[in-house]
Amino acid sequence: MDDKEYVGFATLPNQVHRKSVKKGFDFTLMVAGESGLGKSTLVNSLFLTDLYRDRKLLSAEERIMQTVEITKHAVDIEEKGVRLRLTIVDTPGFGDAVNNTECWRPVAEYIDQQFEQYFRDESGLNRKNIQDNRVHCCLYFISPYGHGLRPLDVEFMKALHQRVNIVPILAKADTLTPPEVDRKKRKIREEIEHFGIKIYQFPDCDSDEDEDFKLQDQALKESIPFAVIGSNTVVEARGRRVRGRLYPWGIVEVENPGHCDFVKLRTMLVRTHMQDLKDVTRETHYENYRAQCIQSMTRLVVKERNRKDRSRNR
Amino acid sequence: MSELVPEPRPKPAVPMKPVSINSNLLGYIGIDTIIEQMRKKTMKTGFDFNIMVVGQSGLGKSTLVNTLFKSQVSRKASSWNREEKIPKTVEIKAIGHVIEEGGVKMKLTVIDTPGFGDQINNENCWEPIEKYINEQYEKFLKEEVNIARKKRIPDTRVHCCLYFISPTGHSLRPLDLEFMKHLSKVVNIIPVIAKADTMTLEEKSEFKQRVRKELEVNGIEFYPQKEFDEDLEDKTENDKIRQESMPFAVVGSDKEYQVNGKRVLGRKTPWGIIEVENLNHCEFALLRDFVIRTHLQDLKEVTHNIHYETYRAKRLNDNGGLPPVSVDTEESHESNP
Repeated sequence: MDDKEYVGFATLPNQVHRKSVKKGFDFTLMVAGESGLGKSTLVNSLFLTDLYRDRKLLSAEERIMQTVEITKHAVDIEEKGVRLRLTIVDTPGFGDAVNNTECWRPVAEYIDQQFEQYFRDESGLNRKNIQDNRVHCCLYFISPYGHGLRPLDVEFMKALHQRVNIVPILAKADTLTPPEVDRKKRKIREEIEHFGIKIYQFPDCDSDEDEDFKLQDQALKESIPFAVIGSNTVVEARGRRVRGRLYPWGIVEVENPGHCDFVKLRTMLVRTHMQDLKDVTRETHYENYRAQCIQSMTRLVVKERNRKDRSRNR
Repeated sequence: MSELVPEPRPKPAVPMKPVSINSNLLGYIGIDTIIEQMRKKTMKTGFDFNIMVVGQSGLGKSTLVNTLFKSQVSRKASSWNREEKIPKTVEIKAIGHVIEEGGVKMKLTVIDTPGFGDQINNENCWEPIEKYINEQYEKFLKEEVNIARKKRIPDTRVHCCLYFISPTGHSLRPLDLEFMKHLSKVVNIIPVIAKADTMTLEEKSEFKQRVRKELEVNGIEFYPQKEFDEDLEDKTENDKIRQESMPFAVVGSDKEYQVNGKRVLGRKTPWGIIEVENLNHCEFALLRDFVIRTHLQDLKEVTHNIHYETYRAKRLNDNGGLPPVSVDTEESHESNP
């Protein structure tokens, strides 16, 4: 290329890339759903960690008195020189009580609190080291035993879909045969539409992407909810050592796309859509919150001003 | 009831020592033929069995009952019609069928409880179920105290309640405890771990241990109840079932597949076929043998001699020791105190 004409800003993406790699990335993932749906196992499988090693499972009696808690676990993962600070937000107690009225409230309040924190930091004077604790994605675990969505599932998703990216998961999918999986997925998708729940939408492909990518993208969209299985134990299957579950009638392989959607979920969450999840959180959910906040603040200010005017005029 | 049921448990005031005659010395009397006579009678009259299934929707209750009795006896007899809505309150739906085997007729009633545990707020969702069970006792009591009693009082009392536990792998849910605490006093509860194909062998045995311990800690007496073991033989047999086998971890299916040249009931997955009647895969066969082949009569007896009698005693007590006076006008025969 002619040196006179070449400006050189095509290297910008590389520069951004290098700076980001130096800084490291962060990602906050929330997992929600009744206990016993394999949330912790899945998180450990996705990120090859052992976050819940010291967890104590409560007995049924202890759970009668339990309310919904919000817990956070942070772990630093490094791969090929890229550092990720992953925060997992868990919701123990959700959906477990006899009376689960409004059990989504602590979860919604937590998400709002993170937005509020960020809003204050952003409006503050020293903005050098703002910590981003906003929840970028919420994996919502749907029980494989129901006939589709349960009333609690609908209520939770409707309360949270304007606050966070919801990715519905069909849990413990090895309890279902392939036709049952298809039937349930279709039913759940229908019900999500019927109830007006806005789950996370995969961005449409640009028209200039290659066919393979477009097909992959299409397949991804049609896999919702992802039917997953998690496991941290290694078993021997077909002469190889794989992560799976050993049953008397066969071995379920977690990373076998013919067995479950684990690979699709991991690809989506980590390899292709992590940045988009963060962008949508920032551009849509956070902006919604911010606009509401400013509006209500403005209203308060106006009210206060009117009150002062009135009292002055007396 | 026309079936020969042993006398109610309260023993006579002065136990009599029967004089025993060694019949061998006197020749063959033929007392043992009574068993054959009983059998013939039972075959002619047939018998009633009422089984209730309770658990959250989707745990495979209807499929399991169909598998147990090898016929389409449950509410969801047609497998295409899965478009049910979750009812807003707990409903009680009883469906009766007559099934026959080896010349013996059984009038089987399956009582389903759709809506149980499916709402966001499930407080007191066991109340309609408790009410239904007590209503059946009341119906039977009314018939019993009639002057002109029917030859064979129709028995709609719930003989057995299968409670379906969700296979979370963790522990019982608070709702499970609440239900079983309330209802184990009025009906025979048999806890069952549903959809057990979701657990590996290790997970299954750990879960069962934990569930058994929780039931014990909370004083929940499931069937077979320890206090009703009649003799040492019963006790050893039932102890083994209580401490090792129960709760049965089951899988149900109404589809057949070819395995090793045989047609078996099972579930076909990409990683293998789960055989319902294979003891290495799940405990369905144990549950079936327990409920149908060995303890069916005992379930009825305990219902009649213990649960029903408890209800009856309470009703009589509430009425000052007198049989209850029936209030509805269609009962023209009223028992005289």
